[in-house]
Amino acid sequence: MGQHARYVFEDAAADRFLVHRAAFFSEEVLRLEQERIFQKCWIYVGHSSEIRNPGDYLTRNVAGYPILFSRDNDGKVRALVNVCPHRGAIVCRERSGNARSFHCMYHGWTFNNDGTLRGVPGQDAYGPKFDKSRYSLPEPPRLESYRDFWFLNFDPDAVDLHTYLAGAKDYIDLILDQSPSGQMEIISGTQEYDIRANWKLLVENSVDDYHILITHRTWINYMANSGVDMRRKPGEMLPKIGRGVELGNGHLTTDNPNYRGRPVAAWISVYGEEAKEDVANIKAELVSRLGEARAERVANTNRNLVIFPNLVINDGSSVTVRNFTPVSPTLMKVTSFALGPVEETAEQRARRLHAFLTFYGPGGFATPDDVAALEAAQEGYSAHRIAPFNDISRGMHKPMADQFDTDEGHIRVFWRRWREIVEA
Amino acid sequence: MNDPAHYDPANEALRREVEWLFYREAELLDAWKLDEWRALLTEDASYFVPPNDKPHGDHNNTLFIVADDHVRLHERIVRLKDPNCHSEYPPSRTRRFISNVRVTPASGNEWLARANFIVHRNRRNSDVRIFTGEYINRLVRLNGALKIHERRAILDAEELGAMGAVSFIL
Ligand SMILES: [Fe+2]
Repeated sequence: MGQHARYVFEDAAADRFLVHRAAFFSEEVLRLEQERIFQKCWIYVGHSSEIRNPGDYLTRNVAGYPILFSRDNDGKVRALVNVCPHRGAIVCRERSGNARSFHCMYHGWTFNNDGTLRGVPGQDAYGPKFDKSRYSLPEPPRLESYRDFWFLNFDPDAVDLHTYLAGAKDYIDLILDQSPSGQMEIISGTQEYDIRANWKLLVENSVDDYHILITHRTWINYMANSGVDMRRKPGEMLPKIGRGVELGNGHLTTDNPNYRGRPVAAWISVYGEEAKEDVANIKAELVSRLGEARAERVANTNRNLVIFPNLVINDGSSVTVRNFTPVSPTLMKVTSFALGPVEETAEQRARRLHAFLTFYGPGGFATPDDVAALEAAQEGYSAHRIAPFNDISRGMHKPMADQFDTDEGHIRVFWRRWREIVEA
Repeated sequence: MNDPAHYDPANEALRREVEWLFYREAELLDAWKLDEWRALLTEDASYFVPPNDKPHGDHNNTLFIVADDHVRLHERIVRLKDPNCHSEYPPSRTRRFISNVRVTPASGNEWLARANFIVHRNRRNSDVRIFTGEYINRLVRLNGALKIHERRAILDAEELGAMGAVSFIL
């Protein structure tokens, strides 16, 4: 281990929590993260709704690996490593589609959609000992799902996904309660963009409510111009105070009373007068199905949920499923989708997508400023020799149960888990 | 001029007028004269940047990068003029190249105007980011002047990737 074998410094007596900035640019740290986090933790692959029918597939990068996420002829969901066992070429080069088999363009080896080798041109030349069963597309040892969210794990000995998700399951359930049948789907249209910053900066940023008033002032002005009450009490950073919550195994969330619009189901004037009754009906359905208290929880609270290490589900102005993968210590690739109840009418779906873009995404009124902040931070770390530490101490004089969303208790949850794994 | 496969000299005056409109837009946007640029659009104009994987999708059922009705377009300009718009403060230096201008009649009294674009975005301490693609704009004539009723910037790239964000008006 190098001279920066320790990165996270916690001084409980002084209420100080520091992270060394080397954690954001060191090649050695990324190597440790790849080995101990991305090879050992459950990593999000995709959602059942993206591959509804037998033969459906899509290709994507998961934890740095080319993965063919597919549903085979028997309806079984697969995460095949999209690499030919013969000479290693990428087998399926299309973004998505439906196929019974995949054909490698290099030497023409063909694979069934369950990953088994179907045929080899000129197989006779391999002689009688050639064993097709040795040449399936590789699969990670573990692939499990929770309520249509599929995760893989490269560690055969990892705990099962449901145990791993711990308290995060309750929040996934809460999000899915928006749908009368408990089912939501990934909506068409992918936002894929790079951020020139370390991936952990996006973990922090996704749940950091301290920055909203400052970084997102133009979004706050837009909300105020749209008739949302953005007034704050003196000394408070946001119109309503929420909580930062620890969910176990490094998962965490914000849990906030709503002050802005929610497609399910809190109307604001930007939705238009004509939408008022429809949103009230959505709320009434929640009450009849879930009871008053749970309906209020679903309709009138927001949460940004981090599933350790790299999946974020934001449930606010709309619902986003966003994951991100480090390419280098200073560059990540982000993929972001919208998630909506399967029962939504065309009108409700359009309203959800409109609401999504007021805040989120690379053309939204907020996300580009987050990206600017993260890239500014990454640039600042070049001065690490004279300015070595990030401070994550906000609210540290209070117990976890009293942490506001604008404190940093939940961000410390991430770093403590990270420390356990990387500094072990 | 209904047949794009054949050259029609009678189409030339309109094509030049459309070309002028594209050039004027580019000039004003590169100069960050956003209110003057807005005046080239109709009051009820909309502005779209489709997602890279669904370049011809419908914003009502597909997640776009930008899908502004006239209300949000107004708010976008308010935001871009605010020094608290951190992703564009200080404003990027952009340079737009417009070519391959074509115009065909669309439904009603609208024309469909297309052009190819290359937009370079330059910022301090950052590599130049290059956006290439096609504008597909719906134009109408109001009080004698051509105005943009719907503006659509379709990106060529398979993903937004190194372009990062569409934080300025593409
Ligand atoms: Fe933010």
